[in-house]
Amino acid sequence: MTNVILDGSDMTRAITRIAHEIVERNKGAADVVLLGIPTRGFPIAERIASAIERIEGARPDTGSLDVTLYRDDLRMRPARALEPTSIPAGGVDDRVVILVDDVLFSGRTIRAALDAISDLGRPRAVQLAVMVDRGHRELPIRPDFVGKNLPTSVDEQVRVSVSEVDGTDEVTISGGTR
Amino acid sequence: MRHLLSAADLDAEAAILVLDTAAELAAVTDRSVKKLPTLRGRTVVNLFFEDSTRTRISFEMAAKRLSADVINFAAKGSSVSKGESLKDTALTLEAMGADAVVIRHHASGAPHRLATAGWIAGAVVNAGDGTHEHPTQALLDAFTLRRHLRGGTGGLDGLRVTIVGDVLHSRVARSNVLLLATLGADVTLVAPPTLLPTGVHEWPCRVSYDIDEALPSSDAVMMLRVQAERMHDAYFPSAREYSRAYGLDRDRLGALPDHAIVMHPGPMNRGMEISAEVADSDRAVMVEQVTNGVSVRMAVLYLLLGGSTGEK
Repeated sequence: MTNVILDGSDMTRAITRIAHEIVERNKGAADVVLLGIPTRGFPIAERIASAIERIEGARPDTGSLDVTLYRDDLRMRPARALEPTSIPAGGVDDRVVILVDDVLFSGRTIRAALDAISDLGRPRAVQLAVMVDRGHRELPIRPDFVGKNLPTSVDEQVRVSVSEVDGTDEVTISGGTR
Repeated sequence: MRHLLSAADLDAEAAILVLDTAAELAAVTDRSVKKLPTLRGRTVVNLFFEDSTRTRISFEMAAKRLSADVINFAAKGSSVSKGESLKDTALTLEAMGADAVVIRHHASGAPHRLATAGWIAGAVVNAGDGTHEHPTQALLDAFTLRRHLRGGTGGLDGLRVTIVGDVLHSRVARSNVLLLATLGADVTLVAPPTLLPTGVHEWPCRVSYDIDEALPSSDAVMMLRVQAERMHDAYFPSAREYSRAYGLDRDRLGALPDHAIVMHPGPMNRGMEISAEVADSDRAVMVEQVTNGVSVRMAVLYLLLGGSTGEK
């Protein structure tokens, strides 16, 4: 059974709110760099950047950051293909990096992303924006900006679809024993 | 992919995966921290029974960029020079816990023997065996061709590549013909009849004896080294005659289309198969081939060792 948690307009409102929160927290967005984690974090980062541009008049830099080579579970599966990494020309030194991902679950992806960032340079701060926080953290990591807090059981599947990748915008939950 | 022994082990999908992975890994070279933690705790042994500086250094750098521990084992000055067999050397490396063995050997088929005899559990990478194959060289050449002539993505459909010189002794030529044909390129071999192996007409390529006929319709020309150390017979009358008939000089460079690139696996014999002027021209991409070699070998090591191993 699949339930739709957020539809396209819900996601748009969540992204707009996250953009406002980012601007408020950082007193503007002049030093902000949005790094999306492929596959779906990247289009979400682009949309947040567009929303910030509508608020502030200037579009923050965006990029994508593949964390595959920094994962701690590489040996549990066959070697996987890499996703694109593109870091804006200004780099990350002394800027505020906002990591963007679709679903926050164990926190291990974000742990890998923090390691990847420290090999790229030394940001002034790193913050985390996610579309869905589904809980069940295995590491001491928490998000700064959340589209939707979604209590789940471990055996449920949360799926964020974005039109750039999946042809539609929605957040669904399926499986489990509820 | 369990081992990389031959360019023929790779179908188009697997070859493009290696090239795409190499393209992402190439970016590491431009960062301030030129290192990834991916192969931390893994051990790569470079087992070189034959002299090679650039291939060994390239594999060593690739493994170190991925944080693997690297042990260089050169046959000279080792127990191999005291008569130890390949089997005993392999058992020693296995006992020490090598996760991958990069082997160069003067005997064709040695990597295959090492991979299939059950002596070692780790991955085997062929870094050149006799006159047989050198698959990572073919991969770096394909990567270089794709970057210059196909925008850095996909395969090499319809690309016209001419390989000139000592095909008989060249593992580079054989691996390139196999891999480039898999990726969709049209390959032409050009050599004097004495420097073509028997059975070459069954390879997936055209064969010609005339370089001047092939050049005007080439998108890339790859010059092979005249391997003096393997030339125990008179394959051609004189160096001068070879150079005149098959060397790439300024006039022949002018016969190439304007977009064509000149490649050479190195080390070059300047004045023999390639003139110094051509080697130093802006059409020559030899230096870039070396850089790409590190990226491609990182990709191979990552795909062999980066995931779960032991099963397919």
